[in-house]
Amino acid sequence: MASTAAAVPFWRAAGMTYITYSNICASLVRGCLKEPYRSDAGAREKVHFAVSKWANGKPEKSSIRSDSHSE
Amino acid sequence: PPTPSSIPSKLTINFVLPYQSEISNKEVCALRPSPADLSESRLEFWQMGVLPGHVATIAELKPGLLSVHEGSEVTKYFVSSGFAFVHANSITDIVAVEAVPVDHIDPSLVQKGLADFTQKLNSATTDFEKAEAQIGIDVHSALNAALSG
Repeated sequence: MASTAAAVPFWRAAGMTYITYSNICASLVRGCLKEPYRSDAGAREKVHFAVSKWANGKPEKSSIRSDSHSE
Repeated sequence: PPTPSSIPSKLTINFVLPYQSEISNKEVCALRPSPADLSESRLEFWQMGVLPGHVATIAELKPGLLSVHEGSEVTKYFVSSGFAFVHANSITDIVAVEAVPVDHIDPSLVQKGLADFTQKLNSATTDFEKAEAQIGIDVHSALNAALSG
């Protein structure tokens, strides 16, 4: 009988999404670069975003976060 | 896109990254990305070649070499992951999160990373940690292969 389960990559089976997988791959590659490319790439990893909780159709508060990729 | 009546002599490629357009509308002779084979029995070093007239394809690229052949000139990039879309009119779009020319890679960091992640895989407890360590091993082995290939 044919198996009904589609083959899943190991990372998806472990609960990771493709975008997480892709970002991990990218930051690993950046970590293996020679200088000065490595420091240039380091700047690309910084994430800057604002998060706000919504209640009753209005944004309540907004916290601005600036994370660099934690590794 | 429409299929042209005759096969074009060159492949037009667009290779983009989130922060820059690496190649746009360049006409090249051939392309060799490393696609991911999503079946269980995945071949480690499967290579795919794209020539003008290639059947329309969507391929998920796994970490590996992308070599662009223009006449006798070859430019090699290491792609961290991404997708390649080959359209019927031989325009190929490649998108990647990160791609570096192979000579930007530091071999000693690659070896160190490979050793680190092999060890992490042994000490990993949760599925997620194991997956992360496995990704580390895959990416570093691919980097290694790209450096020596």
